[in-house]
Amino acid sequence: MMIREPLIFDISGTEKKAFSMPELDVPERKDLLKDIPSREEIEDFPQISEIEIVRHFTRLSKTNYCIDEGFYPLGSCTMKYNPKVNEKVAALDGFTSSHPYAALDVNQGNLEVLKTTEKLLQEITGMDAFTLQPSAGAQGESVGMMLIRACLEDRGDPRKIVLIPDSAHGTNPSSAHICGYQVQEVKSNESGTIDVDDLVKMLSEEVAAVMITNPNTLGVFENDIKRIADIVHAKGGFVYMDGANMNALLGICRPGDMGADVIHLNLHKTFSTPHGGGGPGSGPVGVKKKLEPYLPVPLIEQNEGIYSFNYERPKSIGRVRAFYGNFLVVVKALAYILSLGAEGLKEVSEIAVLNANYIRKKLEGIYHLKYSTPALHECVFSDKFQKKYGVQNLDIAKRLIDLNIHPPTMSFPLIVHGALMIEPTETESKRDLDMFINAMQQIAEEAREDPKILKSAPHKSYVRRLDETYAARNPILRWQPTQE
Amino acid sequence: MYPEDYYYTKDHEWIKIEGNKATVGVTDFAQKQMGDVVYVELPEIGTKLKFHKSFGVIESVKAVSDVYAPVSGEVTEVNEDLNDAPEILNEDPHKKGWVIKLNIEDKAELEELMSLSDYEKFLEGLED
Repeated sequence: MMIREPLIFDISGTEKKAFSMPELDVPERKDLLKDIPSREEIEDFPQISEIEIVRHFTRLSKTNYCIDEGFYPLGSCTMKYNPKVNEKVAALDGFTSSHPYAALDVNQGNLEVLKTTEKLLQEITGMDAFTLQPSAGAQGESVGMMLIRACLEDRGDPRKIVLIPDSAHGTNPSSAHICGYQVQEVKSNESGTIDVDDLVKMLSEEVAAVMITNPNTLGVFENDIKRIADIVHAKGGFVYMDGANMNALLGICRPGDMGADVIHLNLHKTFSTPHGGGGPGSGPVGVKKKLEPYLPVPLIEQNEGIYSFNYERPKSIGRVRAFYGNFLVVVKALAYILSLGAEGLKEVSEIAVLNANYIRKKLEGIYHLKYSTPALHECVFSDKFQKKYGVQNLDIAKRLIDLNIHPPTMSFPLIVHGALMIEPTETESKRDLDMFINAMQQIAEEAREDPKILKSAPHKSYVRRLDETYAARNPILRWQPTQE
Repeated sequence: MYPEDYYYTKDHEWIKIEGNKATVGVTDFAQKQMGDVVYVELPEIGTKLKFHKSFGVIESVKAVSDVYAPVSGEVTEVNEDLNDAPEILNEDPHKKGWVIKLNIEDKAELEELMSLSDYEKFLEGLED
């Protein structure tokens, strides 16, 4: 058991500094900074020495859990292991020492990286053009919806409604809403896929787009995708495909061939950049020809071996990100794609699907599976069998922490009550999958024999069960001095 | 558990009707499914609600859920107590945890609602 690390505010002293600046040898111009809050004016700003700050954060970092430490089956998040060689490539001097304001003729190599990545993503997804600007998946979604809006308005046919299945990613409705659309939910059928009849009833000349996550959040592939796309297109609408689950499809099938007009990818999920700590991520958006004129500026062009930025795009929705996105994330993705090659990428998806189905088969009957439809890269169980012992998905998740495993995604998708959404990814060995399966079996047995151990879990972690409800009802968003 | 004189919807709202006025809340089943409620987004008084359209949002530790208007009408009162104590929606969903009061616009829409016995049958059908 570790000693509880105090807050940095509580170890603060007076007149302490971690670093002292050399004495000024030019006139002081504080007046230039008068509108910017400076350290002296922040009440109770912590004052600690260098060794205290180093120890504080080192100790805190030891309480963290990461993919380098153990299994991380957080469904929908694709917490795969990211080869360290990609980091090495992204850390090459030529990349880290370059600057986006440097002249284009010294940045040709960087532009080549970007253009090459765009072309490879086009080949992988079957889309006609890409922008690498969006910083993450949710920004990619809203850029994609902005492109659809721009195209419809250009046609003089602005529409109002976006249809989204109840098995889509949770960010889809908010992205559509942010772009000014009314969101209507399409129900799933018994196999956990889109109810095409329901969709047809909801379609009208007012529907701008249908946003489809494929495979959906149950891990189930939408078999009717091509037919759905044809129906939507016939009504003049667009098909947005959330490509966050692309890890199930690499080298096997392509959104562009399924009828998607616009997609986003998460380089930080599928194409190997560490994530989960708040970024940086990258959410490239790919489009078919009809949406290409609206892509954000600038676009990268190549003429006679020379790369340049093209800003002369009158129909463009404009810039969506400073410079050209999170460049070094793109470098890592390129390194990953080139090192695996076409066959390697296909194997990624094959093994991701195999691993998820291995877990699914082994835990079937021990945990409830609401949908028996074959799934791809993830599987969604529920706590239905354990509920009769008073055990909920939260208790199962917390107990996994004791067994040194990161909990799966919980209570999502909403169509499975008490959901436990498990995505092992392709990078886990059979040994680690078996360890997880054993842990889940042990927990199911504990639910029957000794549910108290689950209700009070975790027992071995840095902090025990936290009162999430109290925290959400009484949020304290910044440190406040204790009242004497 | 569920009051006999209320009407119910498939989205698990209840409505208590007194003449042209109605009180609307969410059912015990709904609050159990959502888990601990942490925030309720209420409409403004005077908002005109449309049949089956969302008029508010309930946020729990597990999910964010829309609340739908069981009938069309104008909001006359909202339960301000939910701002400071959203937990009353869990503790007493059918009485103190009411969400809004409204003036009913079209009584014909009441035909779409379920009686208690219909709602109980509906709940039995929702195995998962």
